[in-house]
Amino acid sequence: MEKMTNSGKLGSFKAIISRGNLPIPALLSLLIVSAFTATRSPEFLTFDNFVQISDQASVTIILVCGLTFVILMGSIDLSVQGVMASASMATALLVGNDRNQNNWGYWSIPAGMVVGALIGLIAGLAVTRLRIPSFLVTMATWNIGLGLAYVLFGNTSQPSVKDKGMLALGLETFLGFSKATWIALVVVLFCMWLQTRTKFGRYAYVIGGSEEIAKLSGINVKSFRALSLVLSGALSGLAGSVIVAKSGIGAVQAGEGQLFLGIAAVVIGGTLLSGGRGGILHSVVGVYIMITISVAMILLDVSDFYQQIVQGSVVLLVVSSTAWRQRRPLRTVV
Amino acid sequence: MGIRVKVEDVSMSFGVVHALKGVSIEINDGEVVGLVGENGAGKSTLLKVLSGTNQPDSGHFILNGKKEKFASVADATRAGISMVYQEQSLLPNISVAENILLGIEGEAIKLGTYSPRKVRKVAAEYLRRVNLDVDPRTRTEDLSFGTRQMIEVAKALAVAEFSGKPPVVLLDEPTSVLERKEIKVLFDVVRSIKKETSVVFISHRLEEVLEISDRVYVMRDGEVVSEVKPNQVSVDELFALMVGRDLTQSYFREELTNVPESSNRLEVKNLSGDGFKDVSFEMKKGEIVSFLGLQDSGRENLARVIFGALPGKSGKILLDGERYKVKNTTHAVKCGIGYIPSERKTDGVVLAMSVAENLTMSHPDEVTTLRLFNKGKMNRVVLSWIDRLGIKTPGGDTPIRSLSGGNQQKVVLAKWLMDENLRLLILDTPTRGLDVGAKTEIYAILRDLAAKGISILFLADALEEGIFMSHRVFTMKDGKISAEFPSAPGARPERTDVVERML
Repeated sequence: MEKMTNSGKLGSFKAIISRGNLPIPALLSLLIVSAFTATRSPEFLTFDNFVQISDQASVTIILVCGLTFVILMGSIDLSVQGVMASASMATALLVGNDRNQNNWGYWSIPAGMVVGALIGLIAGLAVTRLRIPSFLVTMATWNIGLGLAYVLFGNTSQPSVKDKGMLALGLETFLGFSKATWIALVVVLFCMWLQTRTKFGRYAYVIGGSEEIAKLSGINVKSFRALSLVLSGALSGLAGSVIVAKSGIGAVQAGEGQLFLGIAAVVIGGTLLSGGRGGILHSVVGVYIMITISVAMILLDVSDFYQQIVQGSVVLLVVSSTAWRQRRPLRTVV
Repeated sequence: MGIRVKVEDVSMSFGVVHALKGVSIEINDGEVVGLVGENGAGKSTLLKVLSGTNQPDSGHFILNGKKEKFASVADATRAGISMVYQEQSLLPNISVAENILLGIEGEAIKLGTYSPRKVRKVAAEYLRRVNLDVDPRTRTEDLSFGTRQMIEVAKALAVAEFSGKPPVVLLDEPTSVLERKEIKVLFDVVRSIKKETSVVFISHRLEEVLEISDRVYVMRDGEVVSEVKPNQVSVDELFALMVGRDLTQSYFREELTNVPESSNRLEVKNLSGDGFKDVSFEMKKGEIVSFLGLQDSGRENLARVIFGALPGKSGKILLDGERYKVKNTTHAVKCGIGYIPSERKTDGVVLAMSVAENLTMSHPDEVTTLRLFNKGKMNRVVLSWIDRLGIKTPGGDTPIRSLSGGNQQKVVLAKWLMDENLRLLILDTPTRGLDVGAKTEIYAILRDLAAKGISILFLADALEEGIFMSHRVFTMKDGKISAEFPSAPGARPERTDVVERML
């Protein structure tokens, strides 16, 4: 019998790149941005600076891990800032604080995650049961989250954390890195495991690749899609709680700017908004690129306003360059 | 040898089209059953019914002596029947192993935890059975089309066997996209799996069907018209059985045939594009030129490049002697070129819109006054077209989805005919899925247009249609024009000659 051989042999460098499991283009961009900054500002290449960037990236990394699964399945979660706001208020009001007698200690962190998960569940059910596009649903839950935060805020002052342990979590370091960085690392490892070793993670690619094929293969698309929004909510909640530890206060503005940063990071990392491609590592590298750019601009003494312009332009550039290959003059055939 | 699946008296219709009329077939253990028939004869529909994709209006299957009906694909796969689809169903973005075992991971997923090692191991076994030397971890999109087709077979095998029942694998035109060498490999695989697996095989290439099948059913107009043994018929005899229909002149409206004018309408010189190369030909004013070729012959892309729906790579096109540089479809429409795509329901009409809206979509200027939409004008224009083409619709406001296929297609035609400057009409299988009556009406319209001087580039759906409708026939093969035949009433090219140049 004749054998059909194929170039699909693995192990070679080319094969590793082409499999797309690693965010090679994003890593290259990160390298270019870093190299450019290092030539202009020698202090960029210090260990302290890496610690600094990692600490700044930690909150965004935590939330993009959840967001990545949502986007892999071809949906979107715009609610992160609203979720972070309500989780931040919930955490700050449950941990030892100056507004009430609660003293939940570290348990206030999972409480923040539960608040996030519940908001995510509402979104998940609305998307899968009521069949409303995730874009609209999460825009609604974004505002629900913000509203909830304002209700908890009431008309008194911002709650300040009194709990020593909680404050220490935000300030102390472990092996040179901030504790927030370590929390982000644990989240990343957990989500990598989800991505590569669980049905949920593997089917995220299937659903994003083709919902129809997924359904024809007997996959419960609705449950997995809802679950991705719950996870995204829970991790946005965790991000909100970590901000409480870092800042020492619960704030409605806790998540400000994180939506842009998060989605930009996911896209720059190489996860397609149409779903099916990319992954956790991609998004983490994406966050590093965004944070590095802003740190570089501080080091290079560029004004805040230009920073936003540059970050926005980078996103536009990356998105159009990735979309370029997919662009077709007219959708025809199959 | 026992009967594995018996199909009894299955009928199915889509709207007014009877896709299957009382079809009964048997699939035996360890047998390759061939299904042949023209486009629209009902082969694919029969397979879709067998695979649970479509549910028949009446009739049933008998499996293991029991009457069964499949409500879904899942029902069919539980019974051990799985299908290799014409359009591939593999996900490009995941590994080969994951694709093969998608939804049937079995032992490889425990408590939601996925064992890549186990998936790989099981998948490797199936790859071995279809004789593929591919690492199961390979991303599916990195493989050639032919290899992916073999992986489809491996997947179908895996799905069929997962049921624990004796497997039946349905192959819907698996060879149309394969190279000769790959077809040989596929046939080797089919022969090696048929000991335990029954196979149903559809192909347009009759000699292939005769080569691989143990028994062949011939279908025509939704019915099984005969059952033959490959060693008892020749390709020509099989073809005669398949076409069968009385090819009277009236069916193709030959009495309306016109004589094309002497001047050239379209000159294509050394045109190359995605899937075709160095194509040159001319078309006279009022000439109908048909292009025949298999799925990968390049004829569809050639038509799309001329219409500007796909970018061309090199070459030159002259329209009425003037250089015509295709920019995009808007430009093509402005130059008087119309295009009717093959997928009527997705690319031809906007199902959610009304007859009137669909009709006026491409040429809104006809129903506007000072660029503003004029309802009265629209009604007049629409009604006149409904009348002229005999479109059976309660009115212009009727949603187009409620019309029959033939009437929908007439609306699509009218959409282009509205343009008084229409010079060239490109038709990609305009009669696909239409019943005989609707086809005849479309043929009459086309002949009428040609008589008015409009040139028609016709990608025919069936051989006879291409031969009988045109003034000239081109065959395409592997992206090149392989032959040209003049065609006139009473002097049509031989079918076998044409087919020979297509293969």
